[in-house]
Order: sequence, then C-alpha cells, then structure tokens
Amino acid sequence: MSAVLRRIFLASLARRRLATALSLFAIALGVALGLAVQIIHSAALDEFGRGMHLLAGEADLQVIGPREGFDDAEYGRLAIRDEVADASPVLELDVRLPGRDRSLRIFGIDALRVAHVNPALMPLVAEAQRDERDLTVLRPDVLFASPAAQAELGVAPGGRLDVQAGAQVASLRIAGSVPGAGQGRALAVMDIAAAQALFGRLGRITRIDLRLKSGIDIEAARRALAAGLPAGVEVLTPQATEDQSAGLSRAYRVNLTMLAAIALVTGGFLVFSTQFLSVARRRQELAFLRALGLDRRALMRGLLVEGAVVGLAGGLLGIAVGHGVAALAFDVVGGDLGAGYFRGVAPALRFDPQASGAYLLLGVAAGLAGAWLPARDAQRMLPARALKSGDEAHMFRFRARPRIAAGCLGLAFVLCLLPPVGSIPVFGYLAVALILVGAVLVLPMLVRAAAHRWAGSRTVLWQLARARLAAAPGQAVVAGAGVVASVALAVAMAIMVASFRDSVDRWLTAVLPADLYVSAASQGTSGFFAPETLQRIAALPGVSRTMPVRFDTLRLDDRHLPVTLIARPLDGGSRLPLVGATAQVPTDEKPAWVSEAVVDLFAVRPGERLVLPLAGKPVAFRVAGVWRDYARQQGAVAIELDDYRAATGDLVANDVAVFLAEGASFNELAAAVRRLLGESTARIATPGEIRALSLAIFDRTFLVTYVMEAVAVLIGLFGVSTSFAALAIARRKEFGVLRHLGLTRREIGRLITLEGLLTAVAGTALGLVAGTAVALVLIEVVNRQSFHWSMDLHLPGVALLAFALIVIALAAFAARVSGYQAMRDSAVLAVREDW
Amino acid sequence: MFEIDGLKKRFGTEAARPLFEGVSLQLRRGECVAIMGESGVGKSTLLNCMAGLEPADGGSIRLDGTELVGLDDDAFARLRRRSYGFVFQAFHILPHLSVLQNVALPMWLLDEHGIEADRRARAMLERVGLADRAAGWPRELSGGELQRVAIARALVHRPALVLADEPTGNLDPDRAAGVLDLLLEGIRRDGAMGILVTHSRTAASRADRVLRLSAGGLHPEAART
Repeated sequence: MSAVLRRIFLASLARRRLATALSLFAIALGVALGLAVQIIHSAALDEFGRGMHLLAGEADLQVIGPREGFDDAEYGRLAIRDEVADASPVLELDVRLPGRDRSLRIFGIDALRVAHVNPALMPLVAEAQRDERDLTVLRPDVLFASPAAQAELGVAPGGRLDVQAGAQVASLRIAGSVPGAGQGRALAVMDIAAAQALFGRLGRITRIDLRLKSGIDIEAARRALAAGLPAGVEVLTPQATEDQSAGLSRAYRVNLTMLAAIALVTGGFLVFSTQFLSVARRRQELAFLRALGLDRRALMRGLLVEGAVVGLAGGLLGIAVGHGVAALAFDVVGGDLGAGYFRGVAPALRFDPQASGAYLLLGVAAGLAGAWLPARDAQRMLPARALKSGDEAHMFRFRARPRIAAGCLGLAFVLCLLPPVGSIPVFGYLAVALILVGAVLVLPMLVRAAAHRWAGSRTVLWQLARARLAAAPGQAVVAGAGVVASVALAVAMAIMVASFRDSVDRWLTAVLPADLYVSAASQGTSGFFAPETLQRIAALPGVSRTMPVRFDTLRLDDRHLPVTLIARPLDGGSRLPLVGATAQVPTDEKPAWVSEAVVDLFAVRPGERLVLPLAGKPVAFRVAGVWRDYARQQGAVAIELDDYRAATGDLVANDVAVFLAEGASFNELAAAVRRLLGESTARIATPGEIRALSLAIFDRTFLVTYVMEAVAVLIGLFGVSTSFAALAIARRKEFGVLRHLGLTRREIGRLITLEGLLTAVAGTALGLVAGTAVALVLIEVVNRQSFHWSMDLHLPGVALLAFALIVIALAAFAARVSGYQAMRDSAVLAVREDW
Repeated sequence: MFEIDGLKKRFGTEAARPLFEGVSLQLRRGECVAIMGESGVGKSTLLNCMAGLEPADGGSIRLDGTELVGLDDDAFARLRRRSYGFVFQAFHILPHLSVLQNVALPMWLLDEHGIEADRRARAMLERVGLADRAAGWPRELSGGELQRVAIARALVHRPALVLADEPTGNLDPDRAAGVLDLLLEGIRRDGAMGILVTHSRTAASRADRVLRLSAGGLHPEAART
C-alpha cells in the first residue's frame, strides 16, 4: 500500500498544486486564527490569574465589599475570630493621575499586617528615603511604586507623583518600591490610614484578606464568617474571585473562538470541493486501480490520507502562523484583542504544546472530514461503469434532501429557544451551524428550480449554462456552498455589528441628555465632587439645572461579580433607555431600574422586590423597569439620587451633568467650570465627544471581527476559484466537444463565467437570507445570552447590496480566470483519450 | 467541394520529420471517403487539421472554394459550427442535456432556437429511430443509441462536411452496421461530404472510396487479395 499511497494518492496532491495549496492555506488560516485567539486569551488569563493570586497572597479567604468600601470596624471584629490566624485590611483604589491619560491602582495597607497575609504588597523603603525613626511607611505623603509603575510613569524614589483625591490634586513622594509585585504589574502601595484620609474614605476599607488557622475547614469558616457581615459584603475564596473576573470575558473569548472555528470549517469545505472534483476527474484512474485489484478499503484509505495530509500540513503551518499572529496581537492590540477585559495585563507569548496539538488535530480532522464524502463515493463506485467515459457526471447529480434541510432549519429554531449552558450560548452556536448546513442543502434545490424558471436570453451560452445547472446542481453545491457559508457569515456579522452600533449610538443619545458632562472619575475611582463643589457648579451663571451622578458597586450575592450602582435624578425612569414592560411602583416604595444583565443574571422582573445593600444595610426597592446598558456586562442598577442619599447619607458625586440655561454660552460655561475646578482634576466633555470616543472604542473592539469576516469571504472566494478550476479540468471533455461543435475559446470562457455568475447569484442570494437568519440568532440568542444585552435589528441595506454585488462579480471573475486557465489545453487533447 | 492539396504536418521543430506530407484529396457533394492506416500514422491528426483544431504546416484546404489554412481560431470555430459535423468513437453526448437538446445543440450554436430547432432535432431523431427518446437523458441510452444521437447531432444543421473518427469503434458488429448505414445514408441524402477514419475494413468498404494514409500522403487502398 505504501508505494501505491505515495505514487498514486499523494502524488495526486502534488499534481494539483494550486488547489492543494489553497485548501492547505484555508485550513492553516482556521487553525492560526483559532490558536492565536486561544494563545492570546489563555496568556492574558494566566497573567490576570497570576496577578490576582499575587494580590491575594496567602489569604485563604477575602472579605470583599462595594467599590466605595465598607466600615473598617469589620476588620477588628474578624481579626479576633477563632478561625482567623491573620487578617490584613486593604483599601483598594483606582487613582486618577492628573495630566496623564491613565489611572494607577493604589493599595492602602497596614504594613504591620500585610507581611503575614500578603507579602507581595510589602513596601520596601529606598535607602535614601528612610527617615531617622524608620517609620517611612507610615508617613501620610509617601507612596511605594512597583518597578513596573516606576518605569511606566517615569518616576523613581525621591521623585513625586500627582494623584487626584476628590476634586483636589495631591502630590505624593515616591519613597520606595514594591518588589513583590513582580514584572509587568503597575501598582503602588501606601499606608491605609493615610489613603483613607487622603482619598476621603475615612473609616472605610474595600477588602480584608484572611489567613485561617491550620486545620480549619475553609468552606465552613467562609459560611461562619459571612453570617455577621453587613449587607453587600461577602466572603469569597481567592479562586472564586478569580473565576468570577475571568468569567466576564469568557463569552467574548468563546465568540472569537467560534469565528475561528467557522474559518476552519470553511477550510474543511475547501478540501471537500477540491477532493470531490479531483475524485471526479480521476474516476477512471481509480476504477482502473480497482480493476487491477486495489480493494475498496485501500482506495478509501488512500483518498482519506490525501485529505489528512492537507489537514496536517495546513495545521502545522497554522500553528506557526498562529504564534506569529499572537505575537503581533500582543504588540498591537493587547491581551484582550482590544476588548478591554484585561487592561493593564502584559502577557508574554509562550508555546502551548497542548493547545497547538489540539489545533493540529482539528486541522487534520477538517482535512479528513472534507475528504470523507468523495472517498466514500469513490469506494462505492462500480469499476466497470466508472471505467467508461462520462460516468463522473453522475457524481454531480446530488439528490435533493428537502426533509433534511427542513429538519436542520426547524431544529435550529427550536435550539434558539433553549437557555445557555454555563453562560455560553451553546445552542445558539449549534443553531447557527444548522442554519448554514440547511442553507447549503437548499442550494441545489434553489439552483434547479431557478434554472428551470430562468428565461434569460436565448443564446446558446445561456441555454448551456441553464441546462448544466438544472441537470447537475451538484456543481452548484461544490462551487457555491463556500459562497453561501462565507456570505452568510459576513452578512450575519455585518448585520449584527450594524445593529449593535446603531443601538449603541441611540443608547448614547438616550443616556447623555445634558449639554455638558463634568467628570471627576472619568478614569479611576478616586475623584469625586464634595457637596459644596456641586453647589458651586449649580450656581454658575448659565446653568439651568445640574444632575449629580454617584457610582458604586454592589455585591448582590457571592456567586456573581458586583453590579454597578448608578444613583442620579431619573425623573421616574424617563431619563433611561427603557426596554419592555414597566411596573407601577407605589409612592411609599423606592423604585429601581435594572439593566438587562441584572434580569438575566439575578432573575428579577419589573414589579418584583429588589434588596440593595446600601451603606452596609439592606434597603428594599421595587423594580420599576428594565433598561438597556451596553457599558456594564455584569449588570447595573439605577436608583434616584435622593433615595441613595437618604439611605446612605453620602452626598458626594462622581460626575455632574449640566443643562444650559436658555441663551447661555457653552464655551463660557465650560471655561467657568474649568476655573472653578482647575484644569487637571475634572474632565469636561460634550455628549458629542463622549459619543465619538465611545464609538471609537466600539469600532476598535470589533476590529478583530472585521478581520475575521474578511478572511471568511476570502476563503469563500478561494473556494469558488479552486472549484471552477477543478470543474473546468473535470469537464474538459465537454469543453472539447463544444470546441469541436464550433464554440470559440472566448465563448467557452464566457460560458464558465456565466455558470460562475449564476452559481454566485444563487449562493449570494441564499447567503443573504441565511446570513440574516444567523444575524437574528446572533442578536436574539448569542449576544443576549453571552453579554445580556438586546439590540434593535438594523439592516445596512445599501452596504449589503454593494457587498453582494462585489462578491458576485469577484466570484464570476474567479471562475473565469481559474476556469480559463485550467482549460487552456487544446480541444483535441481533451477528447483524444477516446478517439 | 472539399479539396486538400499537399497538406503537411509535423510535430516539433522544422527539422523534425513530418508526420505526413503531400496529402491531397478531392471530395464531391454526396461522396463518402474512408481513410485507413496504421496506428500512429496521423489519421486523427489529419482529421483535426481538416477541422482547424490543429494547424497544418503546409499545403491547402478548401471548402467550396474558400481557403481554410490560415484562418484564425475564432473564424474556424464559426466555420465548424456552420459547415462541420462530428461523430466520435466515444459519442461525447453531453450528459446534462436531454437527448433532444443534445441534437438541437448545433442549431442553438447557429442562433436557431425554439420551434424550428426542436422540429429539426425531432425530425433527425426520427430519422435515427429515437423519436420516442427525445425527452430522455443520455444516461438512459445504450452505446448504439448514443451513437445514433451523435449522428443526429452531426447532421441536424445540414453541414457540408461530416468528420467521423472510428464511429463504430465502441459498438458490436451488428450495431456498427446499422449505425454506419444511418451515417452514410444521412450524408448522401443531405448532399454532404463524409470522411470516415477507421481501422475496420468492413466499415471502410461501405464508403465510396477507401484511401490509406502514410507518411507520404493519401493513396487509394489496394484491393485486398
């Protein structure tokens, strides 16, 4: 078998170099994209996890509260519990750095406690900065910056760093380093009491790290310690904290992996079309081998090996390219491919043998899957009949399978109704696959029906093309299925992204009703406006009304990430982009409006009671409605500012929305705000600027998607090109006869172009329909289940039409060029074997 | 009238020995000639040169007084669709066209569609005895039937010249005789000219003249003793 395998089967791959190279390239692309996504995200996740491990140190449990913190008396209470060996309080802040377009994470720590629980955060005083009593770490005006933070910010011990505290700028002296933070982690540490005083968090901490006594059952201790804590403060294991944070990006990662998988499937399909046409062309040769004594299984094995070899070579190339793409992506867009999940994480590229091996196997599987049907067909052929000329025509007579097609589409519909599995829309993805399979199965029926009805012109080329497509719709499947799949994918993504962008745009308009936005916390959490500052802004000439906004995070349970609390004047919800039904809230109850993510994650509905932990106390609200929020995937709750202030006594605000008085000048007011607050502590923006910035971030996030979309269309066009080249070779006898009967070379070229055009028209039309269906699944099922946000369907009609026309033109051109190249042989040679 | 005068064909460089040279032939309307010769002598190549599918290296080919050597590819293609009919050993019936469409194909090529093309194609199918198979598909026909479809296709547009290369090579002797009768009868009845390349002495004997091709040209076949 080995000589036969090498000389007959593998040599065949070498003979059709172009088709083999294109199939191999498509598989390599699929493997490379999938592997790159995998490498990038696992490196980012590893790094992210390492960071969290490092920050958790030796803590067995972490007591975590809202972003604005909880009463530090809890520390004293927990530290003396029997289960606890050591406790270390932490005030974690994301501090805005005035004059720089970034924030810095600062940990307020108790230097006497941190060494026992969390040695990585231990500050090290630089020799030159040490004071006589060696109490430098306790000084209120010093900061210890990790080596990465020193490098990134260009500061060194002895230097100073400006930080924003409330609406003020404070200057801190860099007194040393945090050597335990390791490479690549920019953070800083200061005394917890100093941080509380400086950043207006007196008596508040955000976390307590606990080390338990040996032999204590962690889960039992977790439950016991949680019992007496204030509302909204939870006890979690460091692993649970890490899992919750990593889970946030999981849906995004799965989404990208699915896109890569589709590229791989398209690669497999390309193997199918080239193998199919190669087997059609070699039918007599294979029949002859069977006649010489090659058994069915050996024949099948040989043809499968052809596919596997293409898959293996494509897989190996893909692994190399995938690592290259990952390295490039780390440099250009960062560890989260521009999506913003792992900001501040600087992962390094590493060879992952497990993932590489798995993707290599996927490449081989794609090659094998593509070769399967043609190999089975060859295995089943009757050698005596196949030895006769013209028997290959029977391979193109696909049986229509309307029941299977209808079954696929029906099942896809049913799958869309099922819930996600572990927050991953598994059934949604399956539905997408079934829609694509169903569309490909519909293609021969559509082509046959259309060919029967197409009147077209009455020229011989029309008649020949029509007859060919009507009698051999299998040709349309082989050449057109790639178009259907890639057009459907591209159209689906285009509709989804356009719908998303349009919805985000309208959402931004709805959530930005004011004329001017003044933010103390545009980056980080350390900026806020005190009540007197708010009053002074409101009193500025030209201001008709101000709307202060207070942000915090709330932990509604210990299984989910905290949701964002937004407290601002809401005018009974009329200032929110509400979706769906609303509920009337009795006047003696407090209304809350929850984002769609809260509905999905916490199963609350309008009219239901919702208890929010405010200032450590459970406060009852009634859900008045659901609003659309594209900014916070983990959920957000909006409440009236007055209700928040009444429940917490907290009168500060992070942002202020300012409405201009009639006839007031925007520029004069902006200047007045700047004079009042100083240049560097507040960001002043118009809704237009915020919108432009938000949409720019949106477009950057979807950049990767656009690239993958382009790749999918490119692979689809490769499919058309290789299919028509191979078809032209398989049909060279037919073209030879037509040349004998008087068709010129140019007319044969036109015939191939016409068939390519008709196939592309059918494939593109079906791709548009299937793509719209897939877009609906992406919008209603995949996005909703992955990210918990809804969007309005927006069909970019003109763009889709232009895209469809371009694909049709390119497909016809590809068919023309490849078909014409392939049939350059003389008509005489084409029919000679039978003369 | 179809005339060949001093036709020469060589493969390779000018220094190469010609495959054949000095080939001359005159054919009148209604006449059929059979060309025999050993394998490899260039019989099929000679047919290809006559059909403009391979260029000749010298000599002249005239159809009804028009010189064909030197015509460009497209012009010869247009001439073929109007004035030539072909019958191949392996039939070469297009599998995706119905029997009737296969026969009507040369009419389509001449921009004749619709009822007239159908009528002529049906009439030809009737002549070859396959009127009842008009709506059928090539895959449903036997070898003999396929060759009869090929004959109908070769004659439907009333070509001046029919070139047949081993038209009975794939058929058993009984069917071969019937098919040959149809072909020759059709050519004579339409006043066309036929050139038949064959290895079969029986087939050749049905032609009006039998010629033998050698490197030096076409010569009348000596009577077999």
